[in-house]
Amino acid sequence: MRRETKRTGVFTRRALLLMGGQAAVLGTMAARLYQVQVVEGGRYATLANENRISARMIAPPRGRILDRFGTPLAGSRINWRALLISEQATDVKATLDAFSRIVPLTEYERVRIDREMHRHRHFIPVMVREFLSWEDMAAIEVNAPDLPGILVDVGTTRIYPYSDRLAHVIGYVAPPNEADVADDPLLALPGLRIGRAGMEKYHDLSLRGRPGAVQLEVNAVGRVIRELDRQEGVQGDDIGLTIDAGLQEAVITLLGEESASAVVMDCRNGEVLAMATNPGFDPTAFNSGVSQAQWAEWTSDRRTPLINKATSGLYAPGSTFKMAVALAALESKAVGINDRIECPGYLDLGDTRFHCWRKGGHGMLDVHGGLKNSCDVFFYEAARRTGIDKVAAMANRLGLGVELELDLPGQRTGLIPTREWRMAAGHPWNIGDTIVSGIGQGYIQVTPLQLATYTARLASGRNVQPHLTRSLAGVVQPGALAEDWPALDLPDKALRMVREGMWAVVNEQGGTAPLAKLADPKVQLAGKTGSAQVRRVSREMRESGTFDSAKLPWEYRPHALFVAFAPYDAPRYAVAVVIEHGNAGAAAAAPLAKDIMTETLQRDPANRTEPLGAKLADAKP
Amino acid sequence: MMERRLWREASFDLTGKILRINWLYVLLLCALAGVGYTALYSAAGGAVEPYAGRHALRFCIGLAIMMCVALIDIRLIARLSWVAYAGGLALLIAVLRMGHVGKGAQRWIELGGLQLQPSELMKIALVLALASWFHKASWERIGNPLFLIPPIAAILLPVGLILKEPNLGTAVITAMIGASVLFAAGVRWWKFVLVALPVPFAAQLAYHHLHDYQRARIDTFMHPENDPLGAGYNILQSKIALGSGGMWGKGFLQGTQGHLDFLPEKQTDFIFTMIGEEFGLVGAWCVMGLLALIVLGGMLIALRCRNQFGRLVALGISFNFFMYVFVNIAMVMGAIPVGGVPLPLVSHGGSAMLTVMLGFGVLMSVHVHRDVEFEGTGDDR
Repeated sequence: MRRETKRTGVFTRRALLLMGGQAAVLGTMAARLYQVQVVEGGRYATLANENRISARMIAPPRGRILDRFGTPLAGSRINWRALLISEQATDVKATLDAFSRIVPLTEYERVRIDREMHRHRHFIPVMVREFLSWEDMAAIEVNAPDLPGILVDVGTTRIYPYSDRLAHVIGYVAPPNEADVADDPLLALPGLRIGRAGMEKYHDLSLRGRPGAVQLEVNAVGRVIRELDRQEGVQGDDIGLTIDAGLQEAVITLLGEESASAVVMDCRNGEVLAMATNPGFDPTAFNSGVSQAQWAEWTSDRRTPLINKATSGLYAPGSTFKMAVALAALESKAVGINDRIECPGYLDLGDTRFHCWRKGGHGMLDVHGGLKNSCDVFFYEAARRTGIDKVAAMANRLGLGVELELDLPGQRTGLIPTREWRMAAGHPWNIGDTIVSGIGQGYIQVTPLQLATYTARLASGRNVQPHLTRSLAGVVQPGALAEDWPALDLPDKALRMVREGMWAVVNEQGGTAPLAKLADPKVQLAGKTGSAQVRRVSREMRESGTFDSAKLPWEYRPHALFVAFAPYDAPRYAVAVVIEHGNAGAAAAAPLAKDIMTETLQRDPANRTEPLGAKLADAKP
Repeated sequence: MMERRLWREASFDLTGKILRINWLYVLLLCALAGVGYTALYSAAGGAVEPYAGRHALRFCIGLAIMMCVALIDIRLIARLSWVAYAGGLALLIAVLRMGHVGKGAQRWIELGGLQLQPSELMKIALVLALASWFHKASWERIGNPLFLIPPIAAILLPVGLILKEPNLGTAVITAMIGASVLFAAGVRWWKFVLVALPVPFAAQLAYHHLHDYQRARIDTFMHPENDPLGAGYNILQSKIALGSGGMWGKGFLQGTQGHLDFLPEKQTDFIFTMIGEEFGLVGAWCVMGLLALIVLGGMLIALRCRNQFGRLVALGISFNFFMYVFVNIAMVMGAIPVGGVPLPLVSHGGSAMLTVMLGFGVLMSVHVHRDVEFEGTGDDR
């Protein structure tokens, strides 16, 4: 029994020891559990939330672009699209193959999807296909189990009701590139577009809006269980333009098939009511990438559909420049109000003879007669007496050859030459350069918009700047009132004389543009023709007597120009028309300008909009 | 002597035996199974099917088996110890020959529609065999090294077979259970020290002979952050689940890690994590307390028993249960490498439940027959 006791004693001792060890181990584990659950609990709680909560941004609806009466010029339409979240697809290739069996994908699209997937992090959805039909969308939803990672989403796409008739003004949106995404991560959202041209580009930040956010609870494979929180985005601001969509459409229709540009402007405040460029292009083509064939068609067209001729087409102003020369001469007293200059049909300077357009000459002319007859010799002499620098300064003051404060990207400045400019290029200034500048030829280059601004300034005597934005988010912007624009400070008598000259061009017997006379006898239009040579006419050609520019190949014919304002006694609207290779301003551009002005006066868009119309209806010009 | 004789007669009295069953202990086991039912109900997303209902059914079957085994005379069990051991070995060999492959190892065999892991049965059989060997041994004989050769061989044989499956975790656990019985039987201290000393070197050597998946397991255990989406994912997600549970937990059926499938194998290996996430540190500690009580109860049964065989068996079985608990909880906390060890009576799984209940049946038989003294109780005959 002693041994038995010994053995039992050992067992009891060792069992108790073992129990102590077990207690120590369990105690340690309990302490470790405290460490994990309580001491480090906060950190793990964060990790658990990171696991289950997936925050996604919601693209805000892009703001609309409206005309001055609220007609939508750019808006949004519902767009069903299929997205791919590569993180959720076990096999991206298999998913896309399965998708192709429902909605066929081209090789080109597969490459694009692949590229975008590598560019973005793998939880960012990548666009697989946009503009799905309702049937396609339903088929994808039904087959969802075979399409892991595919997500059908409703987005919006940009639509342009006026399409190619306003494309150059509105511009277009396109998918953002890598640099854009680096600037603003919001742009990584699928389907988001960035303004690439025109108003869409100029007002891009206002139009874009602020993104919303959703917090989703997702499980381990990324399936959304429920929505935890949603903050709606803020829609982009609506932009109200000065454009009258109806007038714009009418002007485009009048331009017909010509490669031409026309600008209608409110003389009193510089609001651009129509800015038409023909031909146009379909701006929605840029939405999902322009095809090579389309691009080739546009770039090979000699009528250059992609270029906004109104703001970046450069033309010699020709005779339309003569008002600037006249004003410069009158202001500098180089030519007095009552002074007359004789036109024998030419002006000799050294061995060079400069011809008037009328072979026999015009005889004795004052400023009024010079403008009315568009006498070249009169303005050769006026420019010679005034000097190029004073002519250039006047042209610049009137808006020619300077950068205008236009809210549309991509305008070109053009050129009014000066001595300084010529010398900076390393050449001396010849007096002959001054002579040809007197009739708007030589180095001078201006845009149709500058011509419209020039005409508006002549008509109103105010330093108006052309602009296209009338309201931002419903608030009318400064510049809508005539009082917002300072006077140009031109001598009153001289200005009146120039306007009278323009009136005579259209309304006086023997004026150069009788075709521009308005049908309504109560309203009178004042204007000026212009023809800009694109090729030098040699002496032989002129002296052969058989020269007829209308018989030249299209691209060698002169451009036809006409500028006008009306009503003459209380100017409201200025119009500038440039028809590329239209041959003669008087024959081609003047009737068109008349039609545009008639259309404008009938609509009288400026007087139909608050607050300007009411105030200006009684105002004296 | 009177008492002993009385007992010999009473030992076949069924009513007497039933009265001697430790009903408090049975209650503890039912409570643990209840914890399992609750956790599995949550693991199924708040549904009885597919886990909780079957769990309850299995526990009832297990309870019946336990009661039956508890009523078997301890002397019969002692006599059949080596038969059980031989049967366990046979099954282990069978599993190597024709077992089902899971995760690169052969671990279970199909037996009448039941998936059986022979290594689990072997642990109980080993405890029985060792207990019966030392049952007759006096203190002096235990001191004789030659006397220790057969039991050590009896341990190494199944350990070797389990290693060949290969299942390192269970092999180590089996070896430790064997060692615990040897220790309690009175094998001298210094012999344990002698065996334990070369273990670090042996571990070094063994590491190079491990399977890739085992090595990866150890590597990710050491540096789980190196591979958060690969092999370290389980450990990391388990710790996130526990940590985010905090002091009071996210509430029943509210655990995000579990319900959103971030937590892998939440109904089996990681059931404790699920409890920790939903019921917090307080809930986890309560469950640990219950587990500790069950271990303690087993040890008390061992201490109370008046025959050496019963003492050693009760201690071995308790220690087996303790090892389950320790390995599982340490695993989900990321304290030891993941080993595929379930939490007994809580995790979903039929064969583990039945094996564990079989063990508790033997334990209860020890308790029922605690006062039986039989041949070879220490006298060197």
